[in-house]
Amino acid sequence: MADVPTTARVVVIGAGIVGNSLVHHLTRLGWTDVVQIDKGPLPNPGGSTGHASNFIFTVDHSREITDLTLDSVAQYKEMGVFTQSGGFEIARTEERMEELRRRMSSARAWGIEAELVSPSFVKEKVPFIEEDQFIGAFWTPGVGVVDSLRAGTIMRERALATGELTVVPTVEVTGLDTTEGPHGRRRITRVRTTGGDIEADVVVIAAGVWSPKLGDMAGISIPLTPAVHQMISVGPCPQLAEREGEISFPIVRDMDTFCYERQHGADMEVGSYAHRAILHEPEDIPSIEQAKLSPTEMPFTSDDFDPQLEQAYELMPELLGAEGAEMRYAINGLLSLTCDGNPILGESDVAGLWTAAAVWIKEGPGVGRAVAEWMTDGHSEIDLHHSDIARFHDHQKRREHTRLRTTESFIKTYGIVHPGEQYESDRDQRLSPMHDSQEKLGAVFFETAGWERPFWYETNASLLEAYGDAVMPREHEWDSRWWSPIINAEHLRMREAAAVIDLSAFCIFDIVGPEALDVVQTTCVAQCDVAVGKVVYTPVLDAKGGFRSDLTVMRLGEDHFRVVTGGAHGMADRAWFAGHLPEAGATTLTDLTDDVSTIGIWGPRARDIVSSLTADDVSDAGFGFLTCREIDLAGTSVLASRISYVGELGWELYVPMEHAAGLWEALLEAGAPHGAVPAGIGVYGTTGRIEKGYRAYGAELDSERTIVEAGMQRPKVKAADFVGKEAYLAQREEAPRAVLCTLTVDDHTSASGTKRYMLGGEPILTRDGGTLTDGHGHHPYVTSAGSAPSLGKHVLLAYLPPDEAVIGNQLAVSYMEELYPVTVGSIDATPLLDPTNERIR
Amino acid sequence: MVDPLVCVKRVVDATSEVVLTDDEQGVDGRYAGFTTSAHEECAVELAVRIAADAGGTATVMTLGDDDAVEQLRAALAVGCAAATHVVADAQAFGPADVAREIAAVVRDHEAAGTPHELVLLGNDAADTGDFQVGIRLAYELGWPVVNGVSTVTVADGEVTASGSGPDGHETFRLPLPAVVTVLEGGVEPRYPSVPGRMKAKKVPIEERRPTADPVGPSRVRLVLPPPSPSTVQVLGTGPEAAPAVVDLFEQLGVLAR
Repeated sequence: MADVPTTARVVVIGAGIVGNSLVHHLTRLGWTDVVQIDKGPLPNPGGSTGHASNFIFTVDHSREITDLTLDSVAQYKEMGVFTQSGGFEIARTEERMEELRRRMSSARAWGIEAELVSPSFVKEKVPFIEEDQFIGAFWTPGVGVVDSLRAGTIMRERALATGELTVVPTVEVTGLDTTEGPHGRRRITRVRTTGGDIEADVVVIAAGVWSPKLGDMAGISIPLTPAVHQMISVGPCPQLAEREGEISFPIVRDMDTFCYERQHGADMEVGSYAHRAILHEPEDIPSIEQAKLSPTEMPFTSDDFDPQLEQAYELMPELLGAEGAEMRYAINGLLSLTCDGNPILGESDVAGLWTAAAVWIKEGPGVGRAVAEWMTDGHSEIDLHHSDIARFHDHQKRREHTRLRTTESFIKTYGIVHPGEQYESDRDQRLSPMHDSQEKLGAVFFETAGWERPFWYETNASLLEAYGDAVMPREHEWDSRWWSPIINAEHLRMREAAAVIDLSAFCIFDIVGPEALDVVQTTCVAQCDVAVGKVVYTPVLDAKGGFRSDLTVMRLGEDHFRVVTGGAHGMADRAWFAGHLPEAGATTLTDLTDDVSTIGIWGPRARDIVSSLTADDVSDAGFGFLTCREIDLAGTSVLASRISYVGELGWELYVPMEHAAGLWEALLEAGAPHGAVPAGIGVYGTTGRIEKGYRAYGAELDSERTIVEAGMQRPKVKAADFVGKEAYLAQREEAPRAVLCTLTVDDHTSASGTKRYMLGGEPILTRDGGTLTDGHGHHPYVTSAGSAPSLGKHVLLAYLPPDEAVIGNQLAVSYMEELYPVTVGSIDATPLLDPTNERIR
Repeated sequence: MVDPLVCVKRVVDATSEVVLTDDEQGVDGRYAGFTTSAHEECAVELAVRIAADAGGTATVMTLGDDDAVEQLRAALAVGCAAATHVVADAQAFGPADVAREIAAVVRDHEAAGTPHELVLLGNDAADTGDFQVGIRLAYELGWPVVNGVSTVTVADGEVTASGSGPDGHETFRLPLPAVVTVLEGGVEPRYPSVPGRMKAKKVPIEERRPTADPVGPSRVRLVLPPPSPSTVQVLGTGPEAAPAVVDLFEQLGVLAR
């Protein structure tokens, strides 16, 4: 075996499916002088890849995960290590059938062949299953199994064939050295190993369950936890032994018992996600010498598995109880879990130190490709923003947070998770100064980025009567779960009088210094060289012209800009701007999120209310739209910004944290005679914005979408250079391949007579249920859905094929496998409500 | 009818690197997990076969803490039909203590009308390796004993046990009742079946307390032997190495010459 080189351009730590895929794609993209190390031997160094059950179900509700999976399947197929078996997800309950119908929505949206089938259909393909144990199934013929170890070897050998890779197994990393760089950001310099040190500018931690331990060596948090997934293997089963090859029967996921049954030669593997969450610390994983099988195949704890054994036996008694069939292998296999279920990818706080961890077999090759592209070009073809390591806020970097959240989510691996579902553990991490007041107002809190945000206020229930059916009540429990008609009542009151909204979760940072203008001009599409006191709403693009973010920038001084962005994606935005600070120079980025609270007040009476609390001029002439300045409000100096995400006259008020509660009370008190109420994020994030067709990052906007497709292009492009300009200019010259449209639902009545309300993610089809395909080959799906109470309509946003983007075009949305008629209402950013924006003035 | 009693001990799985507990009184099972020794797995297999052949019931017993139930259930899953658990801290019990407690179980079961004509044990415990319990138990009961055999059958009120001795293969015949300690290698222990495991879960376990305070093992501490030096000999690379590998396999007895 090779010696450890003393220098490398890039060191990849880990030779599991991710590390192997990375070295392949890095060398393919032209990287030279690549070194790959692992503390274990090859081809199975003892990580999670080595004991994976290696099957791939392709349909996930997340587009990002689905795309990574589909790309991985294509790569496995190209390597000749994919065996198609088909797969069933079976339902034992009606509730699960409904979830499978929702899965059909995702399958249609992502263009994956799937079908709901009867128990007898399943029985035909899986003759040893007991039909009477379940009521239906979701059939995905494209499901299959892979040989992930072989795939890893093939990819590593391809990289070796380029002559640019050196692989050194059985050396362990003992340290990661960094040096202080510009703006206090450290940079990776060296990997210390048991075989000698390697000087390197770029290092990737692709070490699976051990990644947090390696992260600690460089002082970064890689918040994943090793968690047990139990699996047993029963055989030889005569029903399986008589067939040739590894797999000839479809895989069965028994969704309601959180188990799967997967043929492996003559054996049936039964795996479980039903047991208690069994978490380990990376430091407690045994060494190769200490481990009985491999470090990630921990001793089986049979008590945890016994209940699943009975359920599996009920489903396949003849097979699992066959004469001679024994439990020959049983492990507590370790895999990686994160607080939000997504991988951890991208460059860390330490420059040059990348991560590619918490990745499962089904995403491995896709992740390798995407991260390699990201390392090469600064962006990847598949949008990865849900997996970006930059997404984590400080409270999420604690091991405790990961432990609590994964304990809660493990049991939901096969669970029915509502799109609005909230975590219960480790809440109350970030409380706005108004929290006490909000509790008294009966706020129902949802969490964003650790902040507890009122979604609606129970004390506003008194409005329900006043507005009657205009609050668009929802009959069906699923549609109304994590929702309240009070949201719509608050909305109507805002449009009628005013609403006061706590926006403390905003991420706020100042860019100050001689190059501040350059920094915002370079990162933002909109013209930021504006007069002091101007507010700019702008897209932020990556080099290929996809969205990195959309946010507002205020010019507070010649050399002073304030960036305000959503909490959920704020950390990634901060990292993006910080990455564009000039290395030399005095320009700095300062995070004010924890120092500044934001309160919004909007509605036709907002000016009356604000002017009653200030002597400053807040008239339209004296305080125009898209301007900001300091005003004295209720005795507090407040930075007021005339902007709106809900389509009403009003302000965002930035106030020092210690004065926020006082201002909040003053606004509510002064607002009460005008009819103002506190309103929750249900109004701010959904109803208010969707009536105005405002786009949201993460829903309508991501790195696979363009300004042109989103209908957000302005007549002119600024002269100054900015990231993505070249791509954007090219996009403007081409016809869009998809067009973001606003649709309204014409009739909500289901076959059973219940009115149903879509929640997002549903496919848009022709009126009679035919498939639509856009210029990217993608199928349209609902990016955002919500009530538009002022229109009396349920509104959907979706990217449509350009020839379908015609106002008045009659289409359909599929919801729980029923078609509902919809009509295109807008084919660009023109709002359905108040298209000329009179109300904002 | 023969109703054998087979005795097992919850021990750390010692197939990988052995790690001692901080007090050096035991082996740390954090990484490797817990099991019964290979000798005892064979003893269980023999007990199950003897009971099946004779239309009797194999009973498994252990002395150990609450977690030792796992080892009883494992034996029940492969064919034992009854289980007795002497709940006690096994670390505090020396071989004489353990022999006394097994004898008490044998006598009490006899008094209750479910006698055991044969007691099977592992040759020695995988963790402490005292090699004493079988002989002390036989002495305590006044029964004949044979140690270190690998196959055991019962016919016509007589035990036939055989194994390898210093001078070759040895076969013993003993009258019942008798005590036999088993060395691994004579039988292939079965894995549990799914129905077996499910059935094991439902068997009630007789729980009892020790009959007397333990004298203790009188052990000062366990000491790990120094790692045995390992030398690597490269037999060759590529297809050319094949003959050397075949030679080695023949030397090891993996392949017949």
